[in-house]
Amino acid sequence: MLSRTAENLFWIGRYLERAETKARLLEVGARTALLPNIGGGYRNEWESILSASGTAGAFAEKYGDVVQRNVESHMFFDGDNPSSVASCITAARENGRIVRTALTGQVWDALNSAYQELKELQRTERSALPLPDITEWTMRTTALVRGAIAASQLRNDGYRFMHLGFALERADSTARLLDVKYYVLLPEVSYVGSGLDNYQWMTLLRSLSSYRAFSWAYGGEITAAKIADFLILNPQCPRSLLTCVSSAADQLDSLARSYGNSTEAQSYVRGLLGEFAEARVEEIFDEGLHEFLSRFIENIASLSGVIHRSYLTGRPV
Amino acid sequence: MGEARYFNEMETGGAVRAPYRGLEGWSREMPAGLRSLKQSEAEALFRRIGITFAVYGEGGDPDRLIPFDMFPRVFSADEWRKLERGIKQRARALNAFLCDVYGRGEIVRAGRVPASLVYQNEAFEKAVCGVRPPRNVYSHIVGIDLVRTGPDEFFVLEDNCRTPSGVSYMLENREIMMRMFPALFQENRIAPVEQYPRALKRTLSSVAPKKCEGEPNVVILTPGHFNSAYYEHTFLADMMGVELVEGQDLFVDGDFVWMKTTEGPRKVDVIYRRIDDAFLDPLCFRPDSMLGVPGLMNVYRSGGVALASAPGAGVADDKAIYTFVPEMVRFYLGEEPILQNVPTWQCAKPDECRYVLEHLAELVVKEVHGSGGYGMLVGPKSSESQIAAFRAKIEEDPANYIAQPTLALSTCPTFVDEGIAPRHVDLRPYCLVGQDIELVPGGLTRVALVEGSLVVNSSQGGGVKDTWVMAE
Repeated sequence: MLSRTAENLFWIGRYLERAETKARLLEVGARTALLPNIGGGYRNEWESILSASGTAGAFAEKYGDVVQRNVESHMFFDGDNPSSVASCITAARENGRIVRTALTGQVWDALNSAYQELKELQRTERSALPLPDITEWTMRTTALVRGAIAASQLRNDGYRFMHLGFALERADSTARLLDVKYYVLLPEVSYVGSGLDNYQWMTLLRSLSSYRAFSWAYGGEITAAKIADFLILNPQCPRSLLTCVSSAADQLDSLARSYGNSTEAQSYVRGLLGEFAEARVEEIFDEGLHEFLSRFIENIASLSGVIHRSYLTGRPV
Repeated sequence: MGEARYFNEMETGGAVRAPYRGLEGWSREMPAGLRSLKQSEAEALFRRIGITFAVYGEGGDPDRLIPFDMFPRVFSADEWRKLERGIKQRARALNAFLCDVYGRGEIVRAGRVPASLVYQNEAFEKAVCGVRPPRNVYSHIVGIDLVRTGPDEFFVLEDNCRTPSGVSYMLENREIMMRMFPALFQENRIAPVEQYPRALKRTLSSVAPKKCEGEPNVVILTPGHFNSAYYEHTFLADMMGVELVEGQDLFVDGDFVWMKTTEGPRKVDVIYRRIDDAFLDPLCFRPDSMLGVPGLMNVYRSGGVALASAPGAGVADDKAIYTFVPEMVRFYLGEEPILQNVPTWQCAKPDECRYVLEHLAELVVKEVHGSGGYGMLVGPKSSESQIAAFRAKIEEDPANYIAQPTLALSTCPTFVDEGIAPRHVDLRPYCLVGQDIELVPGGLTRVALVEGSLVVNSSQGGGVKDTWVMAE
């Protein structure tokens, strides 16, 4: 397949996953805003939502006041923000349009309808668009595209590149989200058992749509070690770092098989995966959660670079 | 206006003509509610498929749809047989002409076409003189724009030898009609057009260069997704099962052109290019072109890759050369032309120019190199000030203009707000030239949706129709 086509497919995966992450963050922010603060008044989680999405600086410049309406504009509608839901959906559809021939009719239909609906939303009076409507719309839309991909795309190299995009973006977003909240998970004596950390843990799980899943998997009290284990090392959790890395490894293995040729990308992802197989939560805490996550985010960026070198430049492998 | 002046393809003298009989009941009995329902269904289908058309320089919605009119345009098998012979004849003559002018130039030596019109033509490509493309074919897809003025009167309005667009509309209009009105297709025997992409692939494969061994690797070269015809490029690539590439995906190494793939470089044998000559190769043509492939022309000249259409093909569809196409038919084929040209005045010639300037109000004046309905004057539809402004332009650069009589374009029934009314139509069939010459029974019918308008270009508010050829 053309290297450029593979790259576009890869980015369709990344943009869709990114749109979903942003919508989920918005949902958490709105939910938190409804809960009373311990110290009186209402909590303002919007700041941490913005820093989790990595766009706090750009937001401050354009909007100033950190209030829900502004955050909504910024994270959902704003075309100037390259990672807003609107920008991501538009970019995913544009990438799809460029590689129209590599997509099934069903997938293109889902992508294109998403874009047409988005235009409709952008034309709608904002007062007629409560936040839950737009976040649910985003989740539903990305689920539709994913479903169309699962149901109709050939399991060929293009499919693999799309899923590499999903996997790397998701790995990156889980790691960043954890990193923003890492201090909550650190076993600091003063916080343990206080209402504050419990509450923040729940927020973290919710932002990954994993609250119920966590309860099913672990039960009992929420502890820092359990949460870190769930989101980093649990192979059952669909958003854990391990799940994402092993999905990337699976995709790369399939590519090596169908091309009859292994590249440095396969070796690199194997190395990453090997590290996870040995890891224990205690060791991660020993290294320092923040240090571990920073290293992980760098590794994912390197993996992305290696994939690019191996497949997307079109030079002899 | 006096519609009686125009040939109505559905009815003459109050009687429904044979090819349209299958549509009489259908159109009469369709309730207005159903009609608007179907119309919006069609529009939704087009939008969902993603067929849209961006108009250069107009801004606005880049995803504008070309209006689709559901009333089909119909030809009988007999009418088509004659058209087919005429179109194929013309496609053969145009290719013979191209081969000749880039070779010995016999037609010029014989004094049948003026040397200056050929060799000083902007579209004449010195870079390919003496190059023989595979099977001596320069123009592999010839789009011939036809208009009709009576039961047997067809005229060629212009030839398109480079990369005529619009064929995806021919195919998608049919798909949508079949989806919305399956009964019509059961009751009428309508020749299919869906074989076009396979025929195109066959044509392109048949012109692979001699150096190509085995199954040729055919690709479509597009300027990119900002191009107004990008949908068509993806559609054709998809239907033919070939890669759609941009200049950045190709590179030249040694004697061949390669495309960058996830498995390393892969050799390319035939490039169906949808970019203009000037952008093909920055080393040979425009140095600022980002769309082309540096070194491509060297590979082409040494027979490492085939280009469709071949660079330089544009000299045959130039509006000044057009006048001589009947002469080409006689000169190369020894036949009488089956399709007639529209009488044309060349403003380059002083006496003809004088006639044109005296009769501007009756004539259609076009730029020699223009296309898309831009920069033209439709005399009878223009105000005195518009005519005066155009007169000044002609006087400034007469050689840039030709003029033709305002033709009484035939009309076809069309759905309009008030019901069904006649609107003027033209026809662009797509003739394929490779090892064989093939013509799919159908084409793109464009319709001027504005009452009385004779301009059918989609950039000027024209629409499209499904075009039926009745099977024998």
